[in-house]
Formats: sequence, structure tokens, C-alpha cells
Amino acid sequence: MVNLTINGVPVSVEKGTTVLEAARYLGFPIPTLCHKEGLSPYGACRLCVVEIGEAPRTRLVSSCTYPVEEGLFVRTASERVVKARRIIIELLLASCPQSKTIQDIASAHSVRRQRFRQEHEDCILCGLCVRMCKEQMMAGAIGFRGRGRSRSLGTPFDVKSDVCRLCGGCMEVCPACQARCTYNEPEKAICGACANLSPPCIEKEPFHDMMCYMTPCVACEIKK
Amino acid sequence: MNSEEIEKIVEHHTGRQGSIMTILEDIQSKFHYLPEEALRIVAHRTGRSLVDIYGVATFYKAFSLKPRGKHLISCCLGTACHVRGGQAIAEEFQRQLHVAAGETTADNEITFETVNCLGACALGPIVVSDGHYSANVNARKVGQIIRHTKAGVYRTSGDSTHDTFPLEVSCPHCRRSLLDNENRLGGYPSVRIRVSAEDRSGWARFSSLYGNFVKRYEIDVPENAMVALFCPHCSSNLQGDGRCVQCNAPMADVRVNEKGSVLSICTRKECSGHMLDLNGTTK
Repeated sequence: MVNLTINGVPVSVEKGTTVLEAARYLGFPIPTLCHKEGLSPYGACRLCVVEIGEAPRTRLVSSCTYPVEEGLFVRTASERVVKARRIIIELLLASCPQSKTIQDIASAHSVRRQRFRQEHEDCILCGLCVRMCKEQMMAGAIGFRGRGRSRSLGTPFDVKSDVCRLCGGCMEVCPACQARCTYNEPEKAICGACANLSPPCIEKEPFHDMMCYMTPCVACEIKK
Repeated sequence: MNSEEIEKIVEHHTGRQGSIMTILEDIQSKFHYLPEEALRIVAHRTGRSLVDIYGVATFYKAFSLKPRGKHLISCCLGTACHVRGGQAIAEEFQRQLHVAAGETTADNEITFETVNCLGACALGPIVVSDGHYSANVNARKVGQIIRHTKAGVYRTSGDSTHDTFPLEVSCPHCRRSLLDNENRLGGYPSVRIRVSAEDRSGWARFSSLYGNFVKRYEIDVPENAMVALFCPHCSSNLQGDGRCVQCNAPMADVRVNEKGSVLSICTRKECSGHMLDLNGTTK
């Protein structure tokens, strides 16, 4: 067993546990995007940053890939962490504003502006689909290609892969290309519709919850 | 493309961890690029998924999925080379070869590309042709580099950082020249030596370029066998006292230049082991 302190609370966990698992075990929320239970940790999105070490020599690490150490001091929501996390959310919004997953995270962290050059990508290169395909579906049909600016996701040679069984696992886990945020102002990076308590389905009464993309939807919950 | 050759390359590396890079390097050096079929064979034979192999092949700039020429010239445009005029040299290459950077000449001889840093900034501007580094290149040297590249002067078995230069090779015993002007290797006279292996004997030709390890045997020599080398004039055995640092086989000594320097070459068929002793004197 390894003893460490998370946000001042002493905890003892098994060797090999990650800081993220230990913090969630204690109930401290850490947002994640590229982490999924059952898939190997990857550390691509950096949303799960935490501050480790003692002042004045602390540093930020991604908690999903950092194994616990004896006597480690972890802060999951210090000023430095929150600041870094909000910048990361802004960067994610800059590349993929149409992702509902990212918009939800932005709302939850009260990100109200996006100061980087706006792009409209379909992929944030989080690698969830690659790991899903390889580790859960045992196929290995898609992967990363190239590097740097030209890094992209897909099948080798851009042809249908022989090992792909069209299971749809890659789309199921994708935070960017499946759950679309359907806000009406494409020039605005931040939607904010999910953050207020008047979801669009209230105005679209005849459709009821058929058209609603919010799960759980606040309005539906109230109606019930 | 020959799938058997690729199978052979993969076979050569099987059972070793992390051998994908070396397999791809070998395929690239054989075919000058990575054919799609080759990647499929590598994936199949190594038990890795094709996308892993494809990811490695597209990640490194050294690998090319498009056919390339027989020779590769890379001109460095890193910061240090750039300020010393690398750009002008790259333009001169493009003008003389009639290709843009990253393209191959129409006769499939030379692929010209620019690279961002070769890590030898003090020697800039640098041009690398077939693994041979040419330092302090200026526009006047461009034509010479292209000529030498086409002639295969720079083609060596490994990545050599030495300059290749021709040697005057003679027998250490009778001091008569071993060079054969009529049969040339790499544009220079070949070294002609009588060899015997097991119960056969015949001729062997070596390149007279130092740093170019081309060995051609006119008799069948089994792989990794040792051969005995004899002077074609006085028939004396050239075997010396030394042992090869690479494979511990006996070395054969020949005399180079007029001052009596000694070049020892490994007598094992496949080995490129050699040693040039500029101060040594022959017996």
C-alpha cells in the first residue's frame, strides 16, 4: 500500500494506482476527456492535470498517467490547476467548438471566452477510438498517421481496413465527431445553451424529447 | 517488387523486440521506398497490425511511401546552414537537377530533398548524398556532388562519415600494382586479387575507394567463409598478423601509396572490417 495526501486528506491505495483513480476514490472530481475505464491511460487531453509536490517546488502532471508515490502531496483544484485547466478547455474549444462533450466541460468550468484562433476540426487526436479499436475490439484497424501538423487519424493508405468489422466502437467513444453541439452561431466558440436552465426542447414542444440531445435533460427531469 | 526479398528481410530480424524500424530501414535501402505490399507483409509476418507499421512509416521523414530515385541528396536548411547560404545551394541543386525539393529526376536517378537540421551545424552548409556528408558546400561544388552521386562514389555499405578517396594499392611483397584499369568499380580502377576458398580459386575485385566496401568474387564463396588472398604477380599470401575488430577473422595486408602505408582488409566474405595504418611499414 502507498500512502499519499490528496487535497489534505491522507489516503492509502494499492501500488500501481494512478493519482486520478485515487482522487476519484476519495470523491474529488477531476475532469477527463481522453480517459475511459477499460482503456489504457494515454494523457493526451491534459484536462486531468493536478499539482503535485510541496511548495515552492510543485509541478503539473496529468493524473491519469501518474502512478501514486509514497508521501506524495496532490492538489486537484488549486489556483494553478484551475487556471491551466481553463486554458486547456479554451484550446479544445478553439479546435473543436461543435463537440458537445467539450461544450459541456466548458460550461461546467465556467469558461466564458475563447482567445485563440478559431478552427473547426473534427478530431482532437485524443486517441480514444484508436485504443477502443485495439484494446476492446481487438481489431487495430485505425491509428495515428504522420506527425506534427499533419498528424491524422484513419486507416492505413486511406482504404477500408481488412480488420475493421464496422462495430462502431470508435464512433461510440469519440468526444468530437458524434455528439454534436447544435448551437446556431458558428462564429461563437462557446455555446452555453446547456449551461442555462432553459434547454432548447422547451421551445420545441411538439417534438418532446425526440430532438433533444441532452442526457440527462434538465427540462425532462423537471417534467417527470 | 519481390515479396520473397521482403520475407527474407523480415526473417532476418524476427525474434527481436522493436525490430520494426530496422526492418523498414532495410526495405527502404533495398527498394528506395516502402511499397504498400511490403508494409502488409511486414505487418503479417511480425504479427503487428498494419496501422502500427503504417504509423511508424509515416511518422519518420526518413521513410518514404512514394518511389524514390536510386540516390538521395539532402540539403540542410537548418538555421546554421541557412545563414551560411544553404538556401542558395538548395536552389542550385534544383536548377541543375531540374526538380523541386522532394521530387525525383525524370530518369529515376536522384531524389532531392531539403531537411531541417542534420545536427552538424559547425560543418554547414551540409549536403548529404547517399549517407555521405559533404561539409562547407558552396554553389561551385554542387555539380561535382551530383556527378559523384550518379557515379555511385558515395554509395557505401553503411553510413560512413569518412570521405571516400581512391587508394593506390600494391602488393607488399613484390610492390607491383594491384589496380586493374580496365575493370572499374564506382568509376575508379578495381583492385584485382587472386583468392582461394576451400578447394576453389579465382579472382576477386575490390573497390579501390576507401570507405566503399564493394567486394566482388568471381568464384562461389559460401557466406561468411574466410578466403585466402594472393598477389596475382608474385603469388605470395597476403595474410597479415592482425585480426578483424568486427569479426575476428584474419586480416590481409596490402600496401597503399608510395610511403608504404598498410591497409588491412578482413578476409571474411561479408565483413567490411578494414584498417588503414598510414604510419605502418610493410615487411
